[in-house]
Amino acid sequence: MTSVTIRIQESDFDIAREIALLAEGRTDIGAVVSFSGICRGSDGDGVSALTLEHYPDMAEAEIRRHVDEAIARWPLNGVTVVHRVGRLTPGQNIVLVLTASAHRQAAFQAAEFLMDYLKTSAPFWKQEENASGSNWVEAQAQDDAAAARWTKS
Amino acid sequence: MKLKYFAWVRERVGKAEETIEPPASVRTIEDLIAWLTQRGEAYAYAFEKPKVIRAAIDHAHVKPDTVIAGAREIAFFPPMTGG
Repeated sequence: MTSVTIRIQESDFDIAREIALLAEGRTDIGAVVSFSGICRGSDGDGVSALTLEHYPDMAEAEIRRHVDEAIARWPLNGVTVVHRVGRLTPGQNIVLVLTASAHRQAAFQAAEFLMDYLKTSAPFWKQEENASGSNWVEAQAQDDAAAARWTKS
Repeated sequence: MKLKYFAWVRERVGKAEETIEPPASVRTIEDLIAWLTQRGEAYAYAFEKPKVIRAAIDHAHVKPDTVIAGAREIAFFPPMTGG
């Protein structure tokens, strides 16, 4: 059985607590991979904050579709995805992906797969604040390429 | 049907959502974008590069040639930048 937790929230998350919850009462997990995305402040003209907008009715469903696909592709014991929304400043957490499996390879691959699709397919948008005002972050071709490699046979 | 707009599409259109009744000749997502573009400067600006705009019908991504018949909610937004 794969335990799945998907949350979209304004508040921060505690990685150690999320891992403990994922593994609680189970002895079949041999590997947990944790990915955290963090608001970066050192690029170019200095980002002072990010505001994340999302499409509430769709975001969880879209994440769920990719979690289900990951579960179909790899032998996973558990998946946790937490995505924050609202205004975040450099150094703060944005997103957490945890994947648990009996062995590390599935957990590593599934975490990377989920992050690649979260970036290109989950309905979230980042707006940057910097010294000259604010602007919407543009999607990166490299992110599309990263997601596309999972569809190659 | 209900339309929703997000991120800079929302800002350009000037509203987050609205209810519309397009004519029967508007069959697909790309038809709908073309029809919206005729509705005023704000729409023309929001949809000036229709190939960039992404769409979802009832909370699932769809392609521009997807037929909109039966849709309850259609959303338009820029490429996603979450994660």
